[in-house]
Amino acid sequence: MNKTLLSLGILVSAVGIVWWFAAGANTGWTKTSVQRLERDPVTEIETPVWDNRFVPGIELLAVAGAVSVALIAAARLLRRKTASQT
Amino acid sequence: MKKLLIPTLALVLAAASASAASLAFDFKDPKGVNNATFKLDAPLEAISGSANGISGKVMFDPAKPASLTGKIVIAAKSLHVGNPVMLEHLHGEGWLDVSKHPEIAFEVVSVKNAKTTGTATTADVTGKFTLKGVTKDLTIPAKITYLKDKLKARGGQQDGDLLVIRSNFTIKRSDFGIKPGEAEDKVSNEIEIGLSVAGASPKA
Repeated sequence: MNKTLLSLGILVSAVGIVWWFAAGANTGWTKTSVQRLERDPVTEIETPVWDNRFVPGIELLAVAGAVSVALIAAARLLRRKTASQT
Repeated sequence: MKKLLIPTLALVLAAASASAASLAFDFKDPKGVNNATFKLDAPLEAISGSANGISGKVMFDPAKPASLTGKIVIAAKSLHVGNPVMLEHLHGEGWLDVSKHPEIAFEVVSVKNAKTTGTATTADVTGKFTLKGVTKDLTIPAKITYLKDKLKARGGQQDGDLLVIRSNFTIKRSDFGIKPGEAEDKVSNEIEIGLSVAGASPKA
Protein backbone atom coordinates (compact mmCIF):
# COMPACT_ATOMS: atom_id res chain seq x y z
CA MET A 1 0.00 0.00 0.00
CA ASN A 2 2.73 2.48 0.99
CA LYS A 3 4.62 1.68 -2.23
CA THR A 4 1.48 2.37 -4.28
CA LEU A 5 0.99 5.72 -2.53
CA LEU A 6 4.65 6.62 -3.02
CA SER A 7 4.51 5.72 -6.72
CA LEU A 8 1.26 7.68 -7.10
CA GLY A 9 2.83 10.72 -5.39
CA ILE A 10 5.85 10.66 -7.69
CA LEU A 11 3.59 10.09 -10.72
CA VAL A 12 1.32 13.05 -9.85
CA SER A 13 4.29 15.38 -9.47
CA ALA A 14 5.95 14.11 -12.68
CA VAL A 15 2.75 14.35 -14.74
CA GLY A 16 2.02 17.84 -13.29
CA ILE A 17 5.49 19.16 -14.16
CA VAL A 18 5.56 17.58 -17.66
CA TRP A 19 2.01 18.84 -18.45
CA TRP A 20 2.82 22.36 -17.22
CA PHE A 21 6.05 22.45 -19.26
CA ALA A 22 4.41 20.98 -22.39
CA ALA A 23 1.62 23.57 -22.22
CA GLY A 24 4.13 26.43 -22.33
CA ALA A 25 5.43 26.72 -18.73
CA ASN A 26 2.99 29.55 -17.98
CA THR A 27 4.17 31.34 -14.84
CA GLY A 28 0.87 33.22 -14.59
CA TRP A 29 -2.65 32.07 -13.72
CA THR A 30 -4.51 29.31 -15.61
CA LYS A 31 -6.20 30.49 -18.79
CA THR A 32 -8.99 29.03 -20.90
CA SER A 33 -8.41 31.43 -23.79
CA VAL A 34 -5.22 32.88 -25.15
CA GLN A 35 -4.68 36.16 -26.95
CA ARG A 36 -2.91 36.64 -30.28
CA LEU A 37 -2.67 39.77 -32.41
CA GLU A 38 -4.00 40.21 -35.94
CA ARG A 39 -3.09 43.24 -38.05
CA ASP A 40 -5.60 44.89 -40.37
CA PRO A 41 -3.66 45.71 -43.57
CA VAL A 42 -5.64 48.87 -44.41
CA THR A 43 -5.97 50.61 -41.04
CA GLU A 44 -2.87 48.90 -39.51
CA ILE A 45 -4.88 48.34 -36.34
CA GLU A 46 -3.65 45.40 -34.26
CA THR A 47 -6.59 43.45 -32.92
CA PRO A 48 -6.39 40.97 -30.04
CA VAL A 49 -8.07 37.70 -31.06
CA TRP A 50 -8.93 35.13 -28.37
CA ASP A 51 -8.39 31.43 -29.12
CA ASN A 52 -10.03 28.87 -26.84
CA ARG A 53 -7.09 26.96 -25.37
CA PHE A 54 -6.45 25.60 -21.89
CA VAL A 55 -3.13 26.73 -20.46
CA PRO A 56 -2.36 25.45 -16.96
CA GLY A 57 -1.01 28.12 -14.64
CA ILE A 58 1.26 28.16 -11.64
CA GLU A 59 -1.66 27.37 -9.27
CA LEU A 60 -2.31 24.01 -10.97
CA LEU A 61 1.40 23.18 -10.68
CA ALA A 62 1.15 24.06 -6.98
CA VAL A 63 -1.93 21.81 -6.57
CA ALA A 64 -0.09 18.91 -8.27
CA GLY A 65 2.88 19.53 -5.96
CA ALA A 66 0.66 19.63 -2.85
CA VAL A 67 -1.16 16.40 -3.83
CA SER A 68 2.19 14.75 -4.53
CA VAL A 69 3.65 15.81 -1.15
CA ALA A 70 0.49 14.59 0.63
CA LEU A 71 0.67 11.18 -1.07
CA ILE A 72 4.39 10.76 -0.32
CA ALA A 73 3.84 11.81 3.31
CA ALA A 74 0.96 9.32 3.63
CA ALA A 75 3.18 6.58 2.18
CA ARG A 76 5.94 7.35 4.74
CA LEU A 77 3.46 7.42 7.61
CA LEU A 78 2.06 4.09 6.53
CA ARG A 79 5.55 2.59 6.26
CA ARG A 80 6.43 3.80 9.78
CA LYS A 81 3.17 2.36 11.14
CA THR A 82 3.78 -0.99 9.44
CA ALA A 83 7.39 -1.07 10.70
CA SER A 84 6.33 -0.37 14.31
CA GLN A 85 3.70 -3.12 14.21
CA THR A 86 6.20 -5.80 13.10
CA MET B 1 -35.18 94.30 -42.33
CA LYS B 2 -33.01 93.87 -45.42
CA LYS B 3 -29.97 94.88 -43.37
CA LEU B 4 -30.62 92.04 -40.93
CA LEU B 5 -31.57 89.44 -43.52
CA ILE B 6 -28.30 89.49 -45.46
CA PRO B 7 -25.95 88.85 -42.49
CA THR B 8 -28.34 86.17 -41.16
CA LEU B 9 -28.38 84.44 -44.53
CA ALA B 10 -24.61 84.66 -44.72
CA LEU B 11 -24.31 83.11 -41.27
CA VAL B 12 -26.71 80.28 -42.16
CA LEU B 13 -24.81 79.59 -45.38
CA ALA B 14 -21.45 79.60 -43.56
CA ALA B 15 -22.76 77.18 -40.93
CA ALA B 16 -24.24 74.93 -43.60
CA SER B 17 -20.99 74.83 -45.57
CA ALA B 18 -19.01 74.12 -42.40
CA SER B 19 -21.21 71.17 -41.44
CA ALA B 20 -21.20 69.94 -45.03
CA ALA B 21 -17.39 69.70 -44.90
CA SER B 22 -17.59 67.48 -41.83
CA LEU B 23 -17.88 63.78 -42.57
CA ALA B 24 -19.83 61.39 -40.37
CA PHE B 25 -17.88 58.25 -39.42
CA ASP B 26 -19.65 55.19 -38.04
CA PHE B 27 -17.49 53.08 -35.70
CA LYS B 28 -19.69 49.98 -35.68
CA ASP B 29 -17.21 47.65 -37.32
CA PRO B 30 -18.50 44.53 -39.10
CA LYS B 31 -14.91 43.28 -39.47
CA GLY B 32 -14.44 43.22 -35.69
CA VAL B 33 -11.10 45.02 -35.89
CA ASN B 34 -11.96 47.90 -33.54
CA ASN B 35 -10.76 47.24 -30.05
CA ALA B 36 -9.91 48.60 -26.66
CA THR B 37 -7.24 47.00 -24.49
CA PHE B 38 -6.74 47.32 -20.76
CA LYS B 39 -4.01 46.37 -18.30
CA LEU B 40 -3.88 46.38 -14.51
CA ASP B 41 -0.68 45.54 -12.71
CA ALA B 42 -0.81 42.62 -10.27
CA PRO B 43 1.91 40.77 -8.28
CA LEU B 44 2.01 37.41 -10.12
CA GLU B 45 0.89 38.52 -13.55
CA ALA B 46 -0.57 41.72 -15.00
CA ILE B 47 -4.28 41.44 -15.76
CA SER B 48 -4.64 42.29 -19.41
CA GLY B 49 -7.57 41.94 -21.71
CA SER B 50 -9.49 43.51 -24.53
CA ALA B 51 -12.94 44.54 -25.71
CA ASN B 52 -14.33 44.56 -29.22
CA GLY B 53 -17.93 45.70 -28.78
CA ILE B 54 -17.24 49.15 -30.21
CA SER B 55 -19.80 51.53 -31.65
CA GLY B 56 -20.34 55.27 -31.97
CA LYS B 57 -20.34 58.16 -34.39
CA VAL B 58 -17.74 60.87 -34.96
CA MET B 59 -17.90 64.01 -37.12
CA PHE B 60 -14.58 64.94 -38.67
CA ASP B 61 -13.54 67.65 -41.11
CA PRO B 62 -10.22 66.71 -42.78
CA ALA B 63 -9.52 70.43 -43.36
CA LYS B 64 -10.16 71.25 -39.69
CA PRO B 65 -9.11 68.23 -37.57
CA ALA B 66 -9.69 70.18 -34.35
CA SER B 67 -13.40 70.28 -35.16
CA LEU B 68 -13.73 66.61 -34.19
CA THR B 69 -16.90 65.78 -32.27
CA GLY B 70 -18.71 62.59 -31.39
CA LYS B 71 -18.85 59.61 -29.06
CA ILE B 72 -17.21 56.18 -28.91
CA VAL B 73 -19.00 53.48 -26.94
CA ILE B 74 -17.65 50.14 -25.68
CA ALA B 75 -20.06 47.38 -24.67
CA ALA B 76 -18.88 46.51 -21.14
CA LYS B 77 -19.93 42.88 -21.64
CA SER B 78 -17.38 42.53 -24.46
CA LEU B 79 -14.44 42.97 -22.07
CA HIS B 80 -12.49 39.72 -22.01
CA VAL B 81 -9.58 38.24 -20.05
CA GLY B 82 -8.08 34.76 -20.41
CA ASN B 83 -8.81 33.52 -16.89
CA PRO B 84 -12.51 32.56 -16.42
CA VAL B 85 -12.58 33.39 -12.68
CA MET B 86 -11.10 36.84 -13.32
CA LEU B 87 -13.60 37.37 -16.14
CA GLU B 88 -16.49 36.58 -13.81
CA HIS B 89 -15.13 39.03 -11.21
CA LEU B 90 -14.51 41.70 -13.87
CA HIS B 91 -18.11 41.56 -15.14
CA GLY B 92 -19.54 41.16 -11.64
CA GLU B 93 -21.10 43.64 -9.23
CA GLY B 94 -17.86 44.41 -7.36
CA TRP B 95 -15.98 45.46 -10.46
CA LEU B 96 -17.76 46.70 -13.61
CA ASP B 97 -21.30 45.45 -12.90
CA VAL B 98 -21.95 45.08 -16.63
CA SER B 99 -25.63 44.21 -16.28
CA LYS B 100 -26.30 47.55 -14.54
CA HIS B 101 -23.74 49.61 -16.49
CA PRO B 102 -23.63 48.13 -20.00
CA GLU B 103 -21.67 50.97 -21.63
CA ILE B 104 -18.25 52.55 -21.29
CA ALA B 105 -18.18 55.78 -23.29
CA PHE B 106 -16.02 58.71 -24.31
CA GLU B 107 -17.75 61.80 -25.65
CA VAL B 108 -15.54 64.46 -27.26
CA VAL B 109 -15.93 67.97 -25.85
CA SER B 110 -12.93 69.81 -27.29
CA VAL B 111 -9.72 69.22 -29.24
CA LYS B 112 -6.53 71.13 -28.49
CA ASN B 113 -2.92 71.19 -29.72
CA ALA B 114 -3.87 69.61 -33.04
CA LYS B 115 -0.83 69.06 -35.27
CA THR B 116 -1.28 67.56 -38.72
CA THR B 117 1.43 65.81 -40.72
CA GLY B 118 0.22 64.25 -43.95
CA THR B 119 -2.88 62.23 -43.14
CA ALA B 120 -2.22 62.01 -39.41
CA THR B 121 -3.19 64.47 -36.71
CA THR B 122 -2.04 64.32 -33.12
CA ALA B 123 -4.08 66.19 -30.55
CA ASP B 124 -5.16 66.40 -26.94
CA VAL B 125 -8.79 65.43 -26.86
CA THR B 126 -10.88 66.45 -23.87
CA GLY B 127 -14.10 64.61 -23.27
CA LYS B 128 -16.48 63.02 -20.84
CA PHE B 129 -15.41 59.49 -19.95
CA THR B 130 -18.09 57.27 -18.42
CA LEU B 131 -17.26 54.04 -16.61
CA LYS B 132 -19.55 52.12 -14.24
CA GLY B 133 -22.04 54.98 -14.36
CA VAL B 134 -19.50 57.60 -13.24
CA THR B 135 -18.66 60.41 -15.70
CA LYS B 136 -15.41 62.37 -15.41
CA ASP B 137 -13.70 64.95 -17.62
CA LEU B 138 -10.59 63.46 -19.16
CA THR B 139 -7.95 64.77 -21.57
CA ILE B 140 -6.30 62.05 -23.63
CA PRO B 141 -3.62 62.13 -26.32
CA ALA B 142 -4.96 60.89 -29.64
CA LYS B 143 -3.66 60.13 -33.10
CA ILE B 144 -6.29 60.62 -35.77
CA THR B 145 -5.55 59.29 -39.25
CA TYR B 146 -7.78 60.19 -42.17
CA LEU B 147 -7.67 57.58 -44.94
CA LYS B 148 -9.40 59.04 -47.97
CA ASP B 149 -11.11 56.56 -50.34
CA LYS B 150 -9.85 53.55 -48.37
CA LEU B 151 -13.21 52.07 -47.36
CA LYS B 152 -13.44 49.79 -50.40
CA ALA B 153 -9.90 48.52 -49.78
CA ARG B 154 -11.24 46.78 -46.67
CA GLY B 155 -13.31 44.46 -48.82
CA GLY B 156 -16.61 46.32 -48.87
CA GLN B 157 -18.78 47.27 -51.83
CA GLN B 158 -19.07 50.98 -51.08
CA ASP B 159 -16.67 53.81 -51.78
CA GLY B 160 -15.82 56.06 -48.89
CA ASP B 161 -13.28 57.18 -46.32
CA LEU B 162 -11.89 55.77 -43.12
CA LEU B 163 -10.95 57.51 -39.89
CA VAL B 164 -8.56 55.71 -37.54
CA ILE B 165 -8.35 56.91 -33.94
CA ARG B 166 -5.66 55.64 -31.59
CA SER B 167 -5.13 56.61 -27.98
CA ASN B 168 -3.32 55.32 -24.90
CA PHE B 169 -4.16 56.73 -21.51
CA THR B 170 -4.37 55.81 -17.83
CA ILE B 171 -7.27 56.14 -15.42
CA LYS B 172 -7.68 55.29 -11.75
CA ARG B 173 -10.34 52.71 -10.94
CA SER B 174 -11.02 54.45 -7.61
CA ASP B 175 -12.16 57.57 -9.54
CA PHE B 176 -14.97 55.49 -11.05
CA GLY B 177 -16.11 53.74 -7.89
CA ILE B 178 -14.42 50.42 -8.71
CA LYS B 179 -13.37 49.07 -5.32
CA PRO B 180 -11.85 52.41 -4.21
CA GLY B 181 -9.00 51.87 -1.75
CA GLU B 182 -9.50 48.10 -1.84
CA ALA B 183 -7.00 45.39 -2.75
CA GLU B 184 -4.49 47.82 -4.26
CA ASP B 185 -1.69 45.44 -3.23
CA LYS B 186 -3.32 42.74 -5.38
CA VAL B 187 -4.58 44.80 -8.32
CA SER B 188 -3.23 48.26 -9.17
CA ASN B 189 -5.44 51.33 -8.93
CA GLU B 190 -4.20 52.46 -12.36
CA ILE B 191 -5.75 50.99 -15.49
CA GLU B 192 -3.82 51.43 -18.73
CA ILE B 193 -6.25 51.75 -21.62
CA GLY B 194 -5.50 51.53 -25.33
CA LEU B 195 -8.04 52.44 -27.98
CA SER B 196 -7.63 51.51 -31.66
CA VAL B 197 -10.72 52.13 -33.73
CA ALA B 198 -11.59 52.80 -37.34
CA GLY B 199 -14.78 54.47 -38.51
CA ALA B 200 -16.30 54.36 -41.97
CA SER B 201 -17.87 57.19 -43.93
CA PRO B 202 -19.48 55.70 -47.05
CA LYS B 203 -20.10 58.00 -49.99
CA ALA B 204 -23.75 58.43 -50.86
